[in-house]
Amino acid sequence: MQQSKTQDTLVGLFVAAGIAGLFFLSFQVSNLSSLSQREGYTITARFENSGGLKVRSPVSAAGVKIGQVSHIYFDTKTYQSVVTMRIDSQYNTLPDDTTASIFTAGLLGEQYVNLEPGGSDSFLKDNSKIDITQPAIILEKAIGQFLFKAAEEKSE
Amino acid sequence: MIQYLQTLGAQTRASFTKLGRATLFLLAVLSGIHSVVPRPKLLLNQLYSVGVLSFLIITISGLFVGMVLGLQGYYTLSDFGAEESLGVMVATSLVRELGPVVSALLFAGRAGSALTAEIGLMKATEQLSGMEMMAIDPLKRIIAPRFLAGLLSLPLLSALFSAVGIIGGELVGSGLLGLDEGAYWSQMQAKLDFQGDIVNGIIKSIAFAFVTTWIALFEGYDAIPTSEGVSRATTRTVVNSAFSILGLDFILTALMFGDH
Repeated sequence: MQQSKTQDTLVGLFVAAGIAGLFFLSFQVSNLSSLSQREGYTITARFENSGGLKVRSPVSAAGVKIGQVSHIYFDTKTYQSVVTMRIDSQYNTLPDDTTASIFTAGLLGEQYVNLEPGGSDSFLKDNSKIDITQPAIILEKAIGQFLFKAAEEKSE
Repeated sequence: MIQYLQTLGAQTRASFTKLGRATLFLLAVLSGIHSVVPRPKLLLNQLYSVGVLSFLIITISGLFVGMVLGLQGYYTLSDFGAEESLGVMVATSLVRELGPVVSALLFAGRAGSALTAEIGLMKATEQLSGMEMMAIDPLKRIIAPRFLAGLLSLPLLSALFSAVGIIGGELVGSGLLGLDEGAYWSQMQAKLDFQGDIVNGIIKSIAFAFVTTWIALFEGYDAIPTSEGVSRATTRTVVNSAFSILGLDFILTALMFGDH
């Protein structure tokens, strides 16, 4: 009987440890904790080119993450990329003339949306649009332009 | 010439009949699995010998695999100045591949071989026939609880393996190599998807648990009831389990992660 009790305890410990491992993987390792819908509001911005931006890419202001990209689609009328972003509700004092630009973290890092606050007195609300945007810098294009310029200067 | 053809034919037929026997065995076990419900004690005993006794080897191996990944990954990533991505590298390789596969291989060696030897010996000493004489179905009384215990234990064990491995990688990365701890975790959380990575890893380990336990129990049940037969069956369990785990892993990886 005594032995069976210890066996029960050990099996209980084993199962508890296994479930703890699963919880650890779900909440500490993966994005499940940030996936839960936090209070927030959505804003949209139209870009000429959204480059390598993906759903769940970070949205930051002054280097601090304040939200994430929730949806990206191609507008067939204006031929622009429409990026919907979800901003945490605590950051509800962004001016409505905020500029959105797509930057790259590091030389080879992932792309993110950077919001540069303007000087307006009225704030961005749920479903409002950002008018001033700056498209992602495509490396190949930049290199191509640079080479073209260099060749032009040489021929002069 | 005819003789060679005959042996080839006989071997082919033997392997197919074995596959058929294994399938019938699996169906019989699956249909008998409900009989475990009124006797949770049987399952508990098996969880102990299959799960708890494999606990130590799995966690220690996981720790060391994670530490080695951390060390090797650091040296490779530092060439590109991307040491910050160490957490992503360690966690992705553990959760997607190494966790399920290595823990299943260890499980086959530790628990699968023990199951085969136990059941093979029961058969050799005619305990299974004795049970049948007493109108007790050994498939329900002996095999089904072991099958269920294997199916439950391995996913838990491989989750533990991955979790301990990630902590091991963090210990090496931030403790030994002086990496920033916050970058390790935050990059990992940003890159790993719950649905795509964690759930797929668990599905993999459930598939491996199913196959490994099935092979171990069938080889034991199908063993020639002599000491040599049992020893051969034990070897076959480990070899066949390893083959099926690695083969199945390729197929599952291609299905789960093939499209990106």
